[in-house]
Amino acid sequence: MRYFTKDHEWIDVDGSSATVGITDYAQGQLGDVVFVELPDAGRVVEAGKEAAVVESVKAASEVYAPVSGTVTEANAALADTPDLVNTAPEGDGWFFRLTLSNPIELDGLMDEGAYKAFVESL
Amino acid sequence: MADNELSDCKTLPLDALHKRLGGRMVPFAGYAMPVQYPTGVMAEHLWTRESAGLFDVSHMGQLLLEGEGAADWLETVAPGDFKALPAGKMRYSLLLAPDGGILDDLMVTNTGRALYLVVNGATKADDIAYMRERLPAGLVLTHMEDSALLALQGPKAVEVLQRLGVAPEFPDIPAVGDMKFMTGGPFLWGDVRLGVSRSGYTGEDGYEISIAAADAEAFVEALLADPAVKPIGLGARDSLRLEAGLPLYGHDLTPEIEPVEAGLAFAISKRRKVEGGFPGAERILGALLNGPARKRVGLKPEGRLPAREGAAIFAGDSQVGVVTSGGFAPSVGGPVAMGYVDAAHATDGTTLEIEVRGKRLVATVVPMPFHQKNYVR
Repeated sequence: MRYFTKDHEWIDVDGSSATVGITDYAQGQLGDVVFVELPDAGRVVEAGKEAAVVESVKAASEVYAPVSGTVTEANAALADTPDLVNTAPEGDGWFFRLTLSNPIELDGLMDEGAYKAFVESL
Repeated sequence: MADNELSDCKTLPLDALHKRLGGRMVPFAGYAMPVQYPTGVMAEHLWTRESAGLFDVSHMGQLLLEGEGAADWLETVAPGDFKALPAGKMRYSLLLAPDGGILDDLMVTNTGRALYLVVNGATKADDIAYMRERLPAGLVLTHMEDSALLALQGPKAVEVLQRLGVAPEFPDIPAVGDMKFMTGGPFLWGDVRLGVSRSGYTGEDGYEISIAAADAEAFVEALLADPAVKPIGLGARDSLRLEAGLPLYGHDLTPEIEPVEAGLAFAISKRRKVEGGFPGAERILGALLNGPARKRVGLKPEGRLPAREGAAIFAGDSQVGVVTSGGFAPSVGGPVAMGYVDAAHATDGTTLEIEVRGKRLVATVVPMPFHQKNYVR
């Protein structure tokens, strides 16, 4: 099941683990991504707090953790091919995986339909 | 000027066209301006380096200084040798505060009848006030508010203007292809008058074109109809000038900075270095003689993480400077930056560290430009 945040992150949940990335809308707003700073495995992230930083040609932007948890893996492919965030934001351009510490936080997120409506309202 | 909400911004003559082209409008210098078009900053940057990019720079101030002794007077606020500037030639110069600090950087062209100045958008109101306050009777400074300013930059800019039939207004003026860099004059596109100079701020060959606001949209449509031309936003304008090592006012140049530490001693003409007579001459000539305490330098960070404006520069534990412009340089394929560092650490090849989000990036002081300029001299 995939959820979305108002800050344009997506989180794909499978049991107690999940994969996090930014949405196609977000990558379009950021422009050409040239560097992604990812959290190391083992780092504890908190819902709504900074978990990664995306650098585009223009500027640096923070990416927030959609839910709280412990990072288990960062997407190593982004080190050499950060443009995966532009070309496959909701696929190979994922940012990190984590173990959820408080799954109830998912209730505060949007599903795909709600997120689509949210983006159209912007 | 602080950039505020887009809704508070003034619009420029080509506003509707930018929107039609899908430009993403942002507040800049008090105007709504396109930061990029749908292809994005990277593609726009590279297109300008290989073909021809069209920039709307109508936010910049176009001024005419007219009257007997205009060149002599301009020398009292800027350190150029304007008295010896021939008709049809232009110079990069600096508007100086009484203490020698840089109030703005500008282009000065001798049109034969007047001096035509192009100043920065965010500073133009202050520049005009500063100059008018000091202007003697008999000299008139006019703000050409009904004119748009375009920059067509890149190796194919020359052939684009040729294909469009842009021609000199008078027979003694060289055709666009025969102009040297930093020259300009009156041209015609059909019966539309253009002020054309071979100049720009991207490090590429190219032209800047002044045109009546009422004629601007038709001319831009004609330029964009040429397959070599694409519209380019402010984002790529910034990355292009950064790669070319060119300072941006309000970031790399401020009233707290004098020309020598900014690496702009070339803008102080030889005669002026001898005679002085410009604001802050004692301080500036002292910096020339003894060397400035800090210098604007190029910095090449290792790796891919960009160091941006405001990042502190260290030598060991001591902070020795600050980044004033930095980002990812598309034609270099990595991050580049410029900033001010203490003179003791400003030699090319010096290894320093830049702090980005609590991490130290190793960076080397390197000569600028980061990307070779391609001017037609």
